[in-house]
Amino acid sequence: MSRKFTPKVITANDLRDGDVVYLTADDRWSRDHAEAELIEDEAHAEIRLIDASRQGDIIVGAYLADARSGANGPEPVHFREVFRAKGPSNYRHGKQAFEARA
Amino acid sequence: MYTYNEFDEAFVRSRVAQFRGQVERRLDGSLTEEEFRPLRLMNGLYLQLHAYMLRVAIPYGTLDSAKLRQLAYLADTYDKGYGHFTTRQNIQYNWPKLDDVPDMLDALADVGMHAIQTSGNTIRNVTSDHFAGAAADEIADPRPVAELLRQWSTDHPEFQFLPRKFKIAITGSPTDRAVTKAHDIGLRMVRNDAGEAGFEVIVGGGLGRTPMVGKVIRDFLPQADLLPYCEAIVSVYNLLGRRDNKYKARIKITVHENGLDKIRDLVEARFAEIRPAFSGIDQEHLAAIEAQFAAPAFKQADTEAFDKAYDTDPVFRSWVDTNLTAHKAEGYAIVTVSLKAHGETPGDATSAQMRLLADLAAKYAHDELRISHEQNVVLPHVHKSDLPALHAALRSAGLGTANVGLASDIIACPGMDYCALATARSIPVAQKIAERVDALKIEHEVGALKIKISGCINACGHHHVGHIGILGLDRAGVENYQITLGGDGTETAAIGTRTGPGFAYDEIVPAIERLLLAYLEERLSAEETFLETYRRVGMAPFKTALYGEEQGSRARAA
Repeated sequence: MSRKFTPKVITANDLRDGDVVYLTADDRWSRDHAEAELIEDEAHAEIRLIDASRQGDIIVGAYLADARSGANGPEPVHFREVFRAKGPSNYRHGKQAFEARA
Repeated sequence: MYTYNEFDEAFVRSRVAQFRGQVERRLDGSLTEEEFRPLRLMNGLYLQLHAYMLRVAIPYGTLDSAKLRQLAYLADTYDKGYGHFTTRQNIQYNWPKLDDVPDMLDALADVGMHAIQTSGNTIRNVTSDHFAGAAADEIADPRPVAELLRQWSTDHPEFQFLPRKFKIAITGSPTDRAVTKAHDIGLRMVRNDAGEAGFEVIVGGGLGRTPMVGKVIRDFLPQADLLPYCEAIVSVYNLLGRRDNKYKARIKITVHENGLDKIRDLVEARFAEIRPAFSGIDQEHLAAIEAQFAAPAFKQADTEAFDKAYDTDPVFRSWVDTNLTAHKAEGYAIVTVSLKAHGETPGDATSAQMRLLADLAAKYAHDELRISHEQNVVLPHVHKSDLPALHAALRSAGLGTANVGLASDIIACPGMDYCALATARSIPVAQKIAERVDALKIEHEVGALKIKISGCINACGHHHVGHIGILGLDRAGVENYQITLGGDGTETAAIGTRTGPGFAYDEIVPAIERLLLAYLEERLSAEETFLETYRRVGMAPFKTALYGEEQGSRARAA
C-alpha cells in the first residue's frame, strides 16, 4: 500500500522583493499562507508545481511544502515554513511586521 | 588605506553597469532565473528565506569613516536601518529589493567598495588579522599583501570557475587572530633564521561538514614569491579539485585525498614554471600599495585623564580590562567595540551606530576602523588620553558593553532566521546565552571563553573552533543543538569534540550554563582558562554536567 500523501502548498519567493509567496487556488500569488491552495492529491500537486514553475517572471524557486488545514486556512507544518510564514525571530520584520500594523 | 586607482574605479563601475543590465533583463523576462542566478551571485546577491541578501566585501576588514557612513546610508535607504557584520569581515543587508541592488552597488562604488566575488566558486574576500597595522606583537602589517591578493584574485580569468569557493586569510603576527588554519590558504608572517620576514603557508584547512586543520605546505616563503606561490596552489587545485561532488570539492578534500606531499610536489613544479613570469612588477606594485598603508602620525600626549578614569570609574575600568589590546605605539591602545550587547543580535549595527562609529573613528582613531571575524568593530589606533571620552560616547549608543573575549561575545551565523541553507536558528540561542550569563553575572569570573554557533553544517559560525561550539540541526522536524568542546581557532588550532546527543531548543541554554558551572568547579585557579581546563581534565566532568553521572563515568573509563 502506498504511503499516505501529506497535504502540500506551493510556495516560492517574489522575484522583485524576495518576499515569501503562496499559490492560491485561483492562480494568484498570495503573501498569506492561509490563502494558499491546500493540495491533498499527489498528482494534482505535481501539475500545480509545473504551473507554478512556468511563472519565473513573477516568482523564484517554487516548491511543495508540507501543510495542514487550520481554522483560518492552511498552516505550515515544518518549523522552517513557520519562520518563512512569519519572519525572523530577532526583529519584528518580514510578514509579522504587517500583522502588527493590521 | 588603499584608494582605488583609475583601473579599479573603471572596473567596478563597468561591473555595476553590466549588473544593472542583467537585472533589467531578468525583470523583463529576457533572462530566466537559471541564467540570472550565477550573475547575481557573482555580485554578492543571494535569495534567502524572506528576501534578497546583498553581501558587501570589506577587504581584510578595513574601513574608514566615509565607507562606514556609506554603509549606514545603504542601511537606511535600501534596508531596514541596520547591517549585519559577518564572520568573514563582510557586511550583509537582509532586505534589499532586486530593482534597488544596482543603485546600492553604484553607491558602494562611490566610496571604493563592491560586492564582487563575495559568492560563487571564486577566490573570496581576503580576510586578515583585525588588529593589523596596530598590534604590538606584529612583524608587519599584512594588509598591503592582502590588497595585492585582492587585486590579483579579482576577476582573475583562470579562477572564476574553481571547483568550489576559495578563502584566503593572512596575519602579520605569529599570534593567529585570523583563523588561518581553517582557510583554503592561510598565510602567517614569520621570520627565518636570517631574521627576514616571510610567510608560513598553510593549505587545506576548512570547517563545514568535513572540518580540517590546515597543513603547512611551506615553512618559509619569501614575500617576493607569495603571488606566484598562491597562484600555483590555486592552479593545482583548479585542475585536481573534484567537480563530481560538491561536498568533496574544497581544497581540504583535495589535500586529504591526494596527500600533502603530492600536492606540495605539484605546487612546487607549477611554481617553478610560473615564477619567471613574475618579473618583479608585482613587487613594485606592492611597494606602491604599502605606501598607502603607512602608519598614521601617532601623537604624543600624557595619559593622566586615562589613569584618573581608570582609578575612579569601575565601569570604565571593566571596559578597559576586557575590550583593549596592546598597541605597538607608546600611549596608544586598540579598542574593540562590542557588537554583542547582551540580548542583541551578534554582529548587527544600526545605521545610527555606524554613523557614530564613523564619527568616533574620525575624531579619535586616525579615521580607521576594522571589522573582526568575531563580528565586532575595532578602532585600531586610539590614544589613551581619548579613551574616557570615547567610552562615554560608545555607551550612549549601546556600544559600551565590556564583554570582548568573554562568554557573551558569541559568534553566531544568521541561521534559520535569515539563511536559506540553515537547519536551525542561531541568533536567538546566542541572545539567550548572553542574557543568561548576564543575569548570573558570571562571565567576568568565567573569563576567556569563545562560544561559536552555527545554524547548519556549513559552519559559518565557526563552531568547530569554538571552545564551546554549538551546531543547530533539524532532527525529524525539530531544532536540535549539538555541542562540541575544545575547539581552538588560533595558532594552536584544534577541532572541537562532540559531547554526545544534542539538546532541544529550550534545553541548550541550560546545558551551556551547566558547562560554565562545571568549569568553575574544575579549574585549578582563576588563571586556568576554560580551554586549558578542558585540555587538562578532558571530557568527563563536562559530560557529567551535561548528561548526568553515568555518562561522565563512562567517559572517564573510556
